[in-house]
Amino acid sequence: MNATWRIVNGRIIDPVNSRDEIADLLVIDGRIAGPDQPVPAGVQEIDAAGCWVVPGLIDMHVHLREPGEEYKEDIHSGARAAASGGFTGVACMPNTKPVNDNATVTAMILCRAADAAVRVYPVGAISQGSEGHQLAEFGEMKAAGVVAVTDDGRPVRDSQLMRRAMEYASDFGLTVISHSEEAALSTGVMNEGPVSTRLGLKGIPTAAESIMVYREIALAEFTGARVHIAHVSTAMSLDLIRAAKARGVRVTAETAPHYFTLTDEAVIGYDTNTKMNPPLRSAADREAIRIALADGTLDAIATDHAPHSILEKELEFDAAANGVIGLETALPLTLALVRDKVIDARRLVELMAVNPAAILAVPGGALSVGAAADLTLIDPEREWVYSADQVVSKSRNTPFLGWKLQGRAVLAMVGGRVRHSLLS
Amino acid sequence: MATGYYFAHRHILGIEQLSCEDIAHILSTADSFKEISARPIKKVPTLRGHTIINLFFEPSTRTRLSFEVAAKRMSADTFNISPSTSSTTKGETLADTARNISAMHPDIIIIRHACSGAPLLLSRNVQAAVINAGDGAHEHPSQGLLDMLTVKEHRGTLSGLKIAIVGDIAHSRVARSDIVGFTRMGSEVYVYGPSTLVPKGIDQLGAKVCTSLEEAVTDADVVMTLRIQRERQNDPLLPSLREYARHFGISRQVLSLAKPDALVMHPGPVNRGVELNPDVADGPQSVILDQVTNGVAVRMALLYLVMGNS
Repeated sequence: MNATWRIVNGRIIDPVNSRDEIADLLVIDGRIAGPDQPVPAGVQEIDAAGCWVVPGLIDMHVHLREPGEEYKEDIHSGARAAASGGFTGVACMPNTKPVNDNATVTAMILCRAADAAVRVYPVGAISQGSEGHQLAEFGEMKAAGVVAVTDDGRPVRDSQLMRRAMEYASDFGLTVISHSEEAALSTGVMNEGPVSTRLGLKGIPTAAESIMVYREIALAEFTGARVHIAHVSTAMSLDLIRAAKARGVRVTAETAPHYFTLTDEAVIGYDTNTKMNPPLRSAADREAIRIALADGTLDAIATDHAPHSILEKELEFDAAANGVIGLETALPLTLALVRDKVIDARRLVELMAVNPAAILAVPGGALSVGAAADLTLIDPEREWVYSADQVVSKSRNTPFLGWKLQGRAVLAMVGGRVRHSLLS
Repeated sequence: MATGYYFAHRHILGIEQLSCEDIAHILSTADSFKEISARPIKKVPTLRGHTIINLFFEPSTRTRLSFEVAAKRMSADTFNISPSTSSTTKGETLADTARNISAMHPDIIIIRHACSGAPLLLSRNVQAAVINAGDGAHEHPSQGLLDMLTVKEHRGTLSGLKIAIVGDIAHSRVARSDIVGFTRMGSEVYVYGPSTLVPKGIDQLGAKVCTSLEEAVTDADVVMTLRIQRERQNDPLLPSLREYARHFGISRQVLSLAKPDALVMHPGPVNRGVELNPDVADGPQSVILDQVTNGVAVRMALLYLVMGNS
C-alpha cells in the first residue's frame, strides 16, 4: 500500500493554517509532512497544476441506510459515492433499521465501515428507537464511537426531552443535532406558497421550521449546551440563528446544496426528486441562505444524502418518500457559489471541511504537519455532466441528474490512500 | 376558428396548458355537440370502436356518469375501474396500474385521483390519451370548461365579466381551473372565503382576493360557490357549518348585491343551507342544472378532440 506522495503545483487552501498559495505538499506514510522534510527517493508525484489542494471534505449529514435498507444504499456504496464527490469523511444519521440508539448498532456500523472508502462517523439517536420518549444511552454510544446525537427524520416533539438531551449530551461532549420541525404544522409535501397553491399540493409553512429552531435556541441558551441545526431552509430560521450567535448562544447550523441551488419552482412538474424535508423554499429563502453562507450564520454545507429507490419515488408526489442524494453533486454546486462570488474558495473549505470537523470534534479540516493525509484535489473548472450512468450511489433520486456541472473532485485521499481519482 | 388553428393537445391535464384559442375551440365544439343530447336517438358513431377507461381512484357520481354518458353517446366502449375493484389495494403502484392498463390498448383513460399530479404521472406511463377528471386540489379541467360554456351561453361572452368564487378555495381543484380559465378568457375572478380556506399566493394565479363577501359579490356577473367541509385530516378549518352559512353563505340578500341577472353556480354536490340558501340554489338565477347538462357536451368535445389528435 503506497501512502507516500508528492503533490506538486497545486493551490493549497488550508484556512486553519492560514495558507492559500501555490506549493507542493508531501505525504509520507499517510501523514502530511513538513516542508523541510527530505523527499523520499522514488516518491510518486501527483500533478495538481490548476487544482486546489484542500483538507478532505467532511459531510456531516448523510443517510447510509445500513443496517436495514441496503437496497437503497449501504455503508460501502455510500462511502464510494462520498469519495467520488471529494469527501473523505461522512457522519451517518441514526434512522436505520434498527435505529442506531445503542452501542451494538454503533459498533456494527463502525465494523462495516472499517474498510469503507472514507471515514464514517456514526451519529446516535437522541431517544430510544427515535420514538421521542426515553433518552438513548449517550455514554455507551459515545464510548462505541458516535460523534453526535439526533433524532433526524423523527423530530423531537417533546420540549422537555430536547432539554434533557442537550443537558445530558453536554456531559459526554456530544453535540445535539436538531431536525427542527413542528409536526402539527408540517403535514404538507412542499413549501407553502404560490407554487403549492398552483400545483394543488399541501404546503409546509416556513414557520414549521422556524418555530422549532427558536425552541432549540431557547433551550441551548437556557442550558448552556451546544446545539446544531440541521438542513436550515428558511430566511426566518437564519435570522433567529444570527441573533442567537450574536448574543453568544452555542448554536451552529448547516444547509444543503439543494436549498441554495433550487427553489420550490423546481416542484412544478411533480418530479418526486424535488421532494425532501424540509422542502425547497422560495427564492427569498434561497437568497437568505446564500447570504448566511457568506456571513457566517451558516457554518457548514452538508448534503442530507438520502438515497431512495424507485419503489419510494416512482409514485404520486403525495405518496413519494422525502429525500435526495447529494454526495456527488455538493462540491460542484458549492463551486457555483464561488463562481457567482457569493463565497470565496477559503470559505468553501471552511463550510465543507474545517467547520464540520470542528462541530463534530473529529480529526481533519486542516493540512497540518503530522496529521493524517485526508485531502481533496478540486479542479474548479472541469466541466462534466451528472448522467445516470455516472451515479456512484446505489440510488439515483436527485433533481440534478443530467445537469451540466462545473468543477469536480479529481482526487480524494484518506490517510494517504487514494480513494477516488480522475487523474491519469 | 381562424385558419391554421388545430387542436394540438394529446392529453387534457389542466386548463393551465390550454390557450385562449384552445378553450374557445373546445367550447364551440361542445356547443355543436349539445344538439346530439336533444335528439330522440342520442347516439352518433364518432368514436365507434374506441376504448375508454374511467379510472376513478376517488368516489365520484356525477363526473364519472357525465364522462360515461358522453362516451356512450359517441359510441365508444367504456369501462369503469374504481379503487374497490382495482389492484391498488394489493399494493400496485399507479405507474404499474398504468402500464397494465396500457397493455390492453385503450384509446383514452379518464382519471380521477386524490393526489395532485397523478394524471401527469399516468400520462407518462401510457400510450393512451389521458383526461384529468380531477386531481387532488390541482385541476378539474372539464369542470372549468363546462362552467365557461354555461357562462358563455347565458352571457354571450367570457370577456369583461366579474366572476365571484366563494367558499373553500384551498381544497378546490374547481377553483383553480376556473380562476385560470376565466382570467385567460378575459374575465376577472374575485375569490372570497374564510382565511383558513384561502390558500397563500392564489392571487398569482390571477385571482383577486377579497376581504369581504360584499366586495366579492357586488356587481358580479356570476356567483360561484364551492362545497365546504368543516374539517380535513384533523385540520380545524371551521368551528361550525352553521356559522359558515351565516357569514359566508349566499342568501338572497347577499345575491341582491350582484347584477340583477347574475348567474348562481355550484360544481355540486351542494350542501343546502350552507354554501347556498335553498331559495338561491333553486331560484331563478341558478344555472346549476345547466352546468350538469353542459358537462356532457364538454366531455363529448374533449373525447372527440383528443381522439382527433391521436
